[in-house]
Amino acid sequence: MTTTLPAYDEVVARYEPVIGLETHVELGTNTKMFCGCPTDFGGEPNTRVCPVCLGLPGSLPVANKAAIEAIIRIGLALNCSIAEWCRFARKNYFYPDMPKNFQISQYDEPICVDGYLDVEVGGETVRIEIERVHLEEDTGKTLHVGGATGRIHGATESLVDYNRAGIPLVEIVTRPIPGTGALAPDVARAYVTELRDVIRTLGVSDVRMEEGSLRCDVNTSLNLPGEEWGTRTETKNVNSLRSVERAVRSEMLRQASVLDAGGRITQETRHFHEDTGDTTPGRSKETATDYRYFPEPDLVPIAPDPAWVAELKAALPELPRVHRRRLQQDWGLSDLDMQSVLNAGAVELMEATIAAGTTPAAARKWWLGELSRRANETGVELADIGATPSQVAELQGLVDAGKLNDKLARAVLEGVVNGEGSPTEIMTNRGLEVVSDTGALTAAVDEAIAANPGIADKIRSGKVAAAGALVGAVMKTTRGQADAKTVREMVLERLGVQG
Amino acid sequence: MSDLTRMTAVEIAALVAGGETSAVEVTRAHLDRIAAVDDRVHAFLHVDTDGALAAARAVDERRAAGEELGPLAGVPVAVKDVLATRGVPTTVGSKILEGWRPPYDATIVQRLREAGTVMLGKTNMDEFAMGSSTEYSAYGATHNPWDLSRIPGGSGGGSAAALAAYEAPLAIGSDTGGSIRQPGAVTGTVGAKPTYGGTSRYGLVAFSSSLDTPGPCARTVLDAALLHQVIGGHDPRDSTSIPQPVPDVVAAAKLGATGDLTGVRLGIVSEFVGEGAEPGVMAAFRESVDALAKLGAEIVEVSCPTFAYALPAYYLIAPSECSSNLARFDGVRFGLRVGDDGNRSLEEVMSLTREAGFGPEVKRRIMIGTYALSSGYYDAYYGQAQKVRTLITRDFTAAFERVDALISPTTPSVAFPMGARTADPYQMYLADLFTIPTNLYGGPGISVPCGLSEGLPVGLQVMAPTMADDRMYRVAAALESAVGTFTPPAL
Repeated sequence: MTTTLPAYDEVVARYEPVIGLETHVELGTNTKMFCGCPTDFGGEPNTRVCPVCLGLPGSLPVANKAAIEAIIRIGLALNCSIAEWCRFARKNYFYPDMPKNFQISQYDEPICVDGYLDVEVGGETVRIEIERVHLEEDTGKTLHVGGATGRIHGATESLVDYNRAGIPLVEIVTRPIPGTGALAPDVARAYVTELRDVIRTLGVSDVRMEEGSLRCDVNTSLNLPGEEWGTRTETKNVNSLRSVERAVRSEMLRQASVLDAGGRITQETRHFHEDTGDTTPGRSKETATDYRYFPEPDLVPIAPDPAWVAELKAALPELPRVHRRRLQQDWGLSDLDMQSVLNAGAVELMEATIAAGTTPAAARKWWLGELSRRANETGVELADIGATPSQVAELQGLVDAGKLNDKLARAVLEGVVNGEGSPTEIMTNRGLEVVSDTGALTAAVDEAIAANPGIADKIRSGKVAAAGALVGAVMKTTRGQADAKTVREMVLERLGVQG
Repeated sequence: MSDLTRMTAVEIAALVAGGETSAVEVTRAHLDRIAAVDDRVHAFLHVDTDGALAAARAVDERRAAGEELGPLAGVPVAVKDVLATRGVPTTVGSKILEGWRPPYDATIVQRLREAGTVMLGKTNMDEFAMGSSTEYSAYGATHNPWDLSRIPGGSGGGSAAALAAYEAPLAIGSDTGGSIRQPGAVTGTVGAKPTYGGTSRYGLVAFSSSLDTPGPCARTVLDAALLHQVIGGHDPRDSTSIPQPVPDVVAAAKLGATGDLTGVRLGIVSEFVGEGAEPGVMAAFRESVDALAKLGAEIVEVSCPTFAYALPAYYLIAPSECSSNLARFDGVRFGLRVGDDGNRSLEEVMSLTREAGFGPEVKRRIMIGTYALSSGYYDAYYGQAQKVRTLITRDFTAAFERVDALISPTTPSVAFPMGARTADPYQMYLADLFTIPTNLYGGPGISVPCGLSEGLPVGLQVMAPTMADDRMYRVAAALESAVGTFTPPAL
């Protein structure tokens, strides 16, 4: 079935979106949530396991204090209240990647509640309310072999790897976010970006969406103005910041087309497809699974000492929003300029480039100019463009040393992005260095003067501005590999005129 | 030398330490006894002959090397099959774990090994510790050495019968609703349920996490106390383990054995001495109360009205937790797998495995528990039962403001004939009527032989406040000093 989707502008003119986000963050603790197994990514299947994370009969969980500290710090950074007493709960369901056939999670007593995160979208600050932040254990990974779809149905064999089972997982749930209108996709992306930056600043997770250490489920619904919120769908498999934005947008368009046709939205889980940017239906939630939650009897309640929580709060690092304000001042940027740096995802890149010795203006020029343009054209995140802050700093160093002019520098940068090596290597290999051999330049200047006697006379008679034509001629013969300023000085000098 | 199998653990340890016998000799004597009588008693599911002899040899070598041995070194111990034993079959009395050899030792088993005790093997039990007669074992019932046509109690009937049949001087049990104390009572042996959290549950295959408590079984109170001392104490692998030292139960047992209870106030639970118990049981209990009074104890009656609701609350909490704890037995990673013919779906294989692997009582409790935790029923059942639990705890707390310990018969009847109650689960559940409140409260309880009724043993239960396990040992040892121990007829 193909339906023509309505235009986005029309959709937001007619409907009001409500979004909500559930984010899972794998903590970077040394050991798993309830046992001493290591948590590093990778490893031969089923080698990072023990009786506890395999759920062997008789084994018992013991909560990892580092994980509890990490979630409390996340909660504090998100302005949450920290429960003085709370419990883990069992979420019961059968699935082979769940060693115990229940997941130790939290239910009605989460450790962090009622917080918020302010994000900036289009120059405005949007406050995203956080309902809860809770701690749970990750599941194993199932690989279905032999089927066409990689799903369990039709598979001839199912393999399970429990290395991931028991890795501490933090779930951060927002309250529904109404009132963002056309900006809903941008708000969703800005929230996940800000959340990622906050957590990275805390140093409790590497928050890599592509490795699954940050996973996001996006809830979307549409309603007519003045009416109740619509039925929501939950979109999973959203694996990049760009996908967060696209997933909301795509769901808004799809739901609008269903509603326009007089249809009804089904409450369901949908899967986002990176390649097409579409969502397809997954499990229907109409017959809700009964997880039979009850307090985990194998674990004592968590009762963090308020004095300890106060210490953790006092020791929080400078959070991204505050940090950015400080950078904006240091870099001397207007609000609007800073906003464009943020929108481009260039804050950390610029910061690192400046730390490597480049001026703020130069760093901003490269990241927001040439590199952002390429990122947009190729549809990749700026951070994944292929140029690193140290390479950009090296490039600018070559410019400052007079070895590259602006035009040559752009060519070198293209080589960097294409993975040809460091700026210095590319400059040398491609022979892009500014011609600084005065003998060759003098010859080129003399040649230009000889070829343009009329212009030369004009200059001699004092019309210094005419020198540009001769400079252009020299640049042409050197194929741009000369420093225009130097050439101009040489032309004037050969003609005996003061510049 | 007199029969090693008739000796107490204290006596055996002294002989081994003094070099008058070897741990290997002691072990051989018990293995021989098992070989001679266990076909009739069926206390053991697995006898680890090689492991036991190796452990005994190690003790003898340590002694020969002049190393100092612990108080129970060289003493054989039988371990209920609910505890994980590295490399040694662990079935929990269920077909679903047939053939499973755990890759690790339970903390208690590890402590037993470190103490130089000799594990003889694994004892029979009701499947997943659910039962009061050991008739629900998937591997056949255990018989009471006092009368082979009668039940040895349950779920730890195997451990209790092994003691009464002189197959072992010490045994480990686990008590969720009375599974140590009730078998102790009906076999004329001593069974102690420590304070919840006083003994580690790590490696104890869970039935009901908030109630399960492993503990010592022996033929004398002092032996039980020594075993308690060895297995007890904080375990960082068990989050619910209490980070405090074990109360000095050995000293308390020795103090009690002097026969002086002057200044000790004991409360008879009035709700447990009414019509609930058999006349013969009540008669033995009354005589024991008189004996305790003669030792100087002050006896009062204490009413604990909420104890009447303990049984129904227990039969919601324990099945609820079991429905979740037993979910992991699905045929995927260990134990039985049924129907995996390459065509059936995962759900079908899980289903067939559980259908074939679990017995009827286990299934009954999984179903009750699944229902009690269901959305919409949780508050009315599990939630309500937890409230009752709080009330029962309050009754205990209030009682312990008035008395040092509570006493009652351990179980309403003597050992009943095999088959008498298997058709009626409720009658079976009543066997734990007097023991269950302690589990819901979390405090310690001990059953000590107090007399005979129609030739069958009767047990008296002493209940103490949490982490006051020493108190119950003192009272139990004092009673033992007054009434003596009871020897079953020869097998």
